[in-house]
Formats: sequence, C-alpha cells, structure tokens
Amino acid sequence: MIQLKVNGSNRRFDGDPEMPLLWYLRDLLELTGTKFGCGAGLCGACTVHLDGSAVRSCQTTMQAAGGKNILTIEGLSASGDHPVQKAWMQANVPQCGYCQSGQIMQAVALLKTKPKPTDHDIDEAMQGNICRCGTYQRIRQAIKTAAGVTA
Amino acid sequence: MSNIQNVSRRGFLEGVFGAGALVLGARFLPESLTAAETDGAAFHPSAYLGIQPDGTVIIIAHRSEMGTGIRTVLPMTAADELDADWKKVRIEQAIGDPKYGSQNTDGSCSISNFLDPLREAGATARLMLERAAASKWGVPASECRAQFHQVIHSSTGRKLGYGELASLAAQQPVPKKEELRMKTPAEYRYIGKDVPMVDRDDLCTGKGKFGIDAKMPGMVYASIERPPVLGGKLKSFDDAEARKVRGVQQTVVIEHMKPPYGYQALGGVAVIADNTWAASQGRKKLKAEWDLGPNASYESGAYKTLLMETARKPGKVVRTAGDVDAAFAGAAKIHEADYYVPMLAHAPMEPPAAVVEFKDGKVIAYAATQDPQAVQETVAAALGIDKTAVICHVTLLGGGFGRKSKPDYVAEAAILSKKIGKPVKVTWSREEDLKFDYYHSVAAMYMKAAVDEKGKPVAWLQRSVFPSIGAMFADDAVYAAPFEMGMGWVDVPYDIPNLRAENGPAKHHVRIGWLRSVSNIYHAFGVQTFTDELAAAANRDRVEYMLELLGPSRTMNMKEDGPHPVKAGDKVDPYPLDTGRMKRVIEVAAEQSGWAKNKSGKGHGWGIAAHRSFNTYVASVVAVEVGDRGQLRISRVDTAVDAGLTIHPDRVRAQFEGASVFGTSIALMGEITAADGKIVQSNFNNYPVSRMPEAPYVTHVHVIPSTAAPAGVGEPGVPPMAPAICNAVFAATGKRIRELPLKRTKLA
Repeated sequence: MIQLKVNGSNRRFDGDPEMPLLWYLRDLLELTGTKFGCGAGLCGACTVHLDGSAVRSCQTTMQAAGGKNILTIEGLSASGDHPVQKAWMQANVPQCGYCQSGQIMQAVALLKTKPKPTDHDIDEAMQGNICRCGTYQRIRQAIKTAAGVTA
Repeated sequence: MSNIQNVSRRGFLEGVFGAGALVLGARFLPESLTAAETDGAAFHPSAYLGIQPDGTVIIIAHRSEMGTGIRTVLPMTAADELDADWKKVRIEQAIGDPKYGSQNTDGSCSISNFLDPLREAGATARLMLERAAASKWGVPASECRAQFHQVIHSSTGRKLGYGELASLAAQQPVPKKEELRMKTPAEYRYIGKDVPMVDRDDLCTGKGKFGIDAKMPGMVYASIERPPVLGGKLKSFDDAEARKVRGVQQTVVIEHMKPPYGYQALGGVAVIADNTWAASQGRKKLKAEWDLGPNASYESGAYKTLLMETARKPGKVVRTAGDVDAAFAGAAKIHEADYYVPMLAHAPMEPPAAVVEFKDGKVIAYAATQDPQAVQETVAAALGIDKTAVICHVTLLGGGFGRKSKPDYVAEAAILSKKIGKPVKVTWSREEDLKFDYYHSVAAMYMKAAVDEKGKPVAWLQRSVFPSIGAMFADDAVYAAPFEMGMGWVDVPYDIPNLRAENGPAKHHVRIGWLRSVSNIYHAFGVQTFTDELAAAANRDRVEYMLELLGPSRTMNMKEDGPHPVKAGDKVDPYPLDTGRMKRVIEVAAEQSGWAKNKSGKGHGWGIAAHRSFNTYVASVVAVEVGDRGQLRISRVDTAVDAGLTIHPDRVRAQFEGASVFGTSIALMGEITAADGKIVQSNFNNYPVSRMPEAPYVTHVHVIPSTAAPAGVGEPGVPPMAPAICNAVFAATGKRIRELPLKRTKLA
C-alpha cells in the first residue's frame, strides 16, 4: 500500500507500484489538468510538484511518489488566482492550452528558486516544456510579469 | 465545455435551449455552402443562436477549438450584431451535424466562410426583438432600438430586456435578409476588440476538457498494436503474456483496412484494460506477426533520389505563359537549383484520443476532432450504420494542425466498443502518433530561370514532385490534386513573360495528409529561396528585387493563371490575387524590421520571404545570429500581414507568433524518415520541435488594416518562415540551404 498526499489530501494506492504518477492522477483520481504528451520526460506536459520541486509525472512511479506531497494544477490555487496564473491570463498565453498546466507548474517552480529570473534563467528552466502552438514569447512575458521584472 | 454530458442529439438542443426560448435557424448560411453540404437535399434549418427567457443568449460554436480562439471569435460576431451583453452570452459547442454547414475546421476559413452567417444570425435576432417590443407597446418598429441586451422605445424611454421579449420574438416571422440592417464598423461593440477567450481561464487552471480527458461510465482503455508498414496485415499474434498484466481484460483484433485508405482505422490488435497504463503495458507484451505488404521496401534515402531525379524530368504542365523553352534556348545566363523538403509529422501536444460508446445500434463519441461530420461518416462506414446514428461531441483539441480532421482514431474506438459492448477510450502514445501519422508530403523541386543582364528573369520553370494527399482517396493517384497545385505553385505571382509550372509523379508509401499550410510549405521554400538566389547572383537588394519581380500592381486572372475561385459556384473570385497587396506586405515587413539599415555578414543575417496562402498576404523578415560553432539563434521576426478584415487583433497576432515557431520547427529540425517501410522517429528526442531557446526570441506582427474580404490567419504565417530563415542564414554565413531541415547543414 502506497500512501501519498495529493493537493493536500491523503491518498492510498494499492495498484502497480511501477505505474507512473501521471496515470494515477488522470485515470484514478480524475485530475485531468495534468496532461500526457510523450510518456518519456521529453515534453513537460505532465509537470507537477513533488515536495515543492517540478517533476515529470510520466517519469515518476507511484513507488517514488510514496510518502510525498504532490501538487497539481488543480491544487495550485483555489480560484485560479496564483500570481503566475494571473500573469498567464493577462498575457493571453494559451492557444490550444494543452501544455499550459505543465508550463505554469514549471514556471511556478522556477520563480521559487529564482524570483527575478533573467532571459537565460527562463530559457534554462522552460526548455523542457514544449508548446506546439508556439506561445513561448508570451510565456516569457508572463513569467516576467509574475516576477515583476521588466521585459 | 467543462462539463461533458451524455446527451442524445435531440436532447442536445432541448437541453441547450429549453422551453420559451427564441431559437433561430441557420438558414442564413449562403446557398453556396449549404447546397454542397447537404448534397442537394433539402436544407433543414437548425438551432444556431437563441435567447432564453432569463436573458441568456446561447450561441452555438460549430467549429472546433484547437487554439485559434474560434470558439470565442465567431460567436463574438453574432453577439455584436445582436448587441448582446457578452456577460450574458453562453457558448455551446455543436455536435457534428451537416445543418451547421461545414464543420471541418481546416483550411483557415472559419471567418471567411462564417462571418456573414453569424453576423446575419445576430442581426436577425435583433430585428425580431425590436419588432416584438413594437408589437407589445403598439408602436412602430422604427421607434424601437435594440441596445445592449434591451430594446428601448425612443420617444418614451420604455425598456424591455431580451429575455422578457424572447417568447414574443419567437412568434415573429423570420425577416428576409434584405430587411436586415447590419451594423456599421463604428457601431461594433466586440468586432475589432480583444475580448478574452472564453476558455482562457479554464486553460490556466487545468479545467479545460480535451478529448483525452473525456470519460463515460463503464469505460475501458485500449492500446493498439498496428501494422508497422502501410498496407500490412496481421498474420498471427500471441497475447498470453499480455493477458497476465495486472489490469488487462482482453485483446481484440481490428480488421486491416483496404485502399483507398481515407480515414479508416489502420487495424491491428487492441489490448483492453482498466486504465491507460495497464493497456500500454499489456501491449508491450503482445507478440504480433505481420505480413508487411507492398510498402516494406520504402526507404527515405532511395525515395529522395527518385523524387530529385523525377523533378529533373519533364512533368505535367499545370500553368504556362509565353514560350519558356525558346527563352531558355536564347538565354545568356541560366540559373538552376534543386530543393528538398522531408516528410513532417503533426505532433499535436495532445495525441489522437477519443471515447466512443456503441449501444443499441447507435454511437456516442467524444473526440478531439477538427471535423465531427467526418467522424459521423467514418464511424458509420466502419460499423455499417447510418451516419445520423452517430452523435459526435467535440471537446477542446490539444492542437490539431490538420491531424485531427482525419478521424481514424475515433473509428478505432467505435469498432472496439461494438466488439466488446462497452465504451472504449483510445489514447495514442507519442510513438504511435509519430509512426502512424498522415504525413506532410516529402517534396522535391527543380527551379530554372534565364536572366537578363540586370539579373531579372525572362524565363522561369518550376517543377515540384511529391506524393499527393489525393492518394488517400484514390489509391493510384500519383499527380498532385488541383488544390495542392493551387498552394503557392500555379499562383506564383511574378511578372515574368515566359513562365511554366509543372508537377511530376510520385507514388505514396505512407498515409499522406495536410499539415498547417500544406503544399505551401515546400512551394514557398522553393520559390522564395530561388528568388533569394537570383537576387544574390545579381547582387541586388532582396526587397527591391522581390518588388521588381512582382511587377506593376495588378490583379491576376486566377481563372486562367491559377486556382479557381475558392468556393464552388462562385462566379467571381472573391479573393483575386492582388500583387499590390503582396508588395505592400513586403514593404511593411522591410520598414518595420529596419531592413534598409540592417547590414548582414559576420554571423549576423537578415532574410526575407513573402507568400500568399489562404488568401492572405504575408511577408516575414527574420534576423539570425550564427555563432563560431555554428549555433543558430533567431533574434527577431517581423511579419507583415494583410488578411483583409480581421475580427480579433490579439488572436490574429497570436496565430502569426505561433506560426513563426511552427515554421522554425520545419526549417531547423523537422524530419520524418522511413526504413524498411517503417517510420524511424518515435518521440520528441528524435523528432524534435522548437523549444523556447530555439524559437524566435520575439515575433512582431504587423497587421495591415483592411476592409477587404476576410481571409485566413491560422496557416498563412507558416510558409514564409523556412525560406526567410534560410535566406537569413545565407546572409550571415554564405551557406545556401537547399534542403530542409537546416540541422543537416553544418554552419561552421
């Protein structure tokens, strides 16, 4: 039996310990805000926080998630008013929006460690998150807005 | 959209509108559209816009949302003409039904085809509300004016809300189109304004529901092993190990498809399980033997050689002017070049996904689809039922780019549901998405020009060779379909007295499909790179040279010189190719980018390309920096756009920003190859797409104000990118790129 905390709630899981956290969140908990994009840690669509750090949930087994604190996009804020979410809305970042949960979770983690990121910091932190619609320029803008740094 | 409900087709409209609502039919669709869509049968009016007694205005979004914002933008235009309070507007996504006109969200035509019908729907409702108020007050309708969700009697100041008038308005005869008063631009409340996307906040909070998020009670999960080569057939399989995987329920065979392949399910063996993970683990344990069929020797290297050789031989003439051969024979100077663009995959971030239930002879589907009517037709054909028995609900799409107008994945789920008697969810892995796509064609081009002493072409020959999308619908097709030739080939806008465009034959060995801007991708690369080569050879400024090639501003006779009018039945081309507009976008892109003062060389380069597609004129100037070790950075893009009348400035900019990134992926890194008939690439490690550091640092979009007929914005930003980037690289390094992707060329 694996125990973990998801968005503040205690959860128990007795299935395949090799199952990626992603599919536990999506199929079993129905927290579908976290997306599947590649299943190989290459695109960042499945990014969640594990004990406060950004991880790829498609590469995190349930075994590895045991005893940990998981935060998904659904748990980031009660009403979509996290500063990063607000900055995303202000810049009208999403096009199709599919990758944006992962982008936002990655950006939140970046700003925790680097509250005033440079362009280089943003490139480094965000290059694992693919947006096929090509919203990168607005993602960069939104991160700067949330950080209160000028473009 | 955030609540996926299980409703029947009839229940859909009843559920949406309820009793006492003013419901307007979609008879406003122009005949040219509806006649084609209903196949000559009677056109049945349907619910399109309605007002409920509580004042809620419901507008049906019948086109698919894959990131363009169309789910907001088209309803916005109806709300504007209705003079509705946007806060009281609710948007409902339509199920698939021909009564809405085409729902195939493809070809960058949602606004050009549906702006008028949506505006007329709003104006009709407004007039009916005014007339309803007039009859209630016993005053002339001319004294009643609808304004921001209420009708006001001008002399007495009496007011009635839209909701209060809804049931009375529903009894009014529907006015004729000639009676409608359309707003003047000065009266627009929403058109031309950056109204926030209705899905924006859901997409920033994880609440948006995509096809991959859909769920039905009792649903099971499928992972499918498909024939590794197109046309392959299952010989045998062993599922003993697969069935031992925890959570796996059973395996099911899907019959292989027969040509022409169209949108059929590919066939194979499905593993059915309790969840996505178990299904995929079970499939890995499956042992399948295949008869690989006739395409098993397809190999991209040999195929490239074949296409390049074909491009050097005379082909089918698709446009001709003057006497090209005579001009070449007498020419002092000839330039020739061969170009090559590889296969590409769509790779939308959300792979193909659908949930389908077959029950009592009927189908309910939830799908991330660009074309719910194609879902109806495809599923009906696969199951041997009538298409009216297929209800297709359209979810949000996590990207489409053309992939999701081909509903083979929905057919898979439908076939499986029928076979096992449960709702089935099919989710493609990224590996499947890349290995079983409808690929953007590989293409080879040969270009030849004879130039005068000033370097200006007096004769021009262009020949392109690529397997046609038409082969999906006629298996033996080897020449391009007319629509493919109309994408930047027969409509090359240069003012050259002797000009011939040709097309050579190519047999397909994989499924071929349209990808964002389609044949324009390779055609723009060939024409715009060759243009740059000629300008370089003549030592001319690129912008001046391009303007000179376009000649005097004129309207090209596209009936003779190019593709026929965009819609069947149009007597006059509503979108004549205007070289003046083409020149204008080049001038604006040059001006805004500081072209005249930018000096290329020593690792810095500026390049330009211009292309018209989907009736929109686009020119892009790209600035690149190439480092000592050949590392490439795109520091700035300036894109000038003339798309005619535009509705939502911010979403237009967003489409061209995104297109510059999509085009960068094509230019720098996109390449799908085959070996032994199988696709080599498997995930984003070996099919890379632009990430943040590779994408243009900033793309400035300059939209030229226009009142001309609205044209496309979703796709036209893509074609100029690859040639503009490669032309910039030439300016920076002297290295000429004739083959994509650019990563194959060492820049240092």
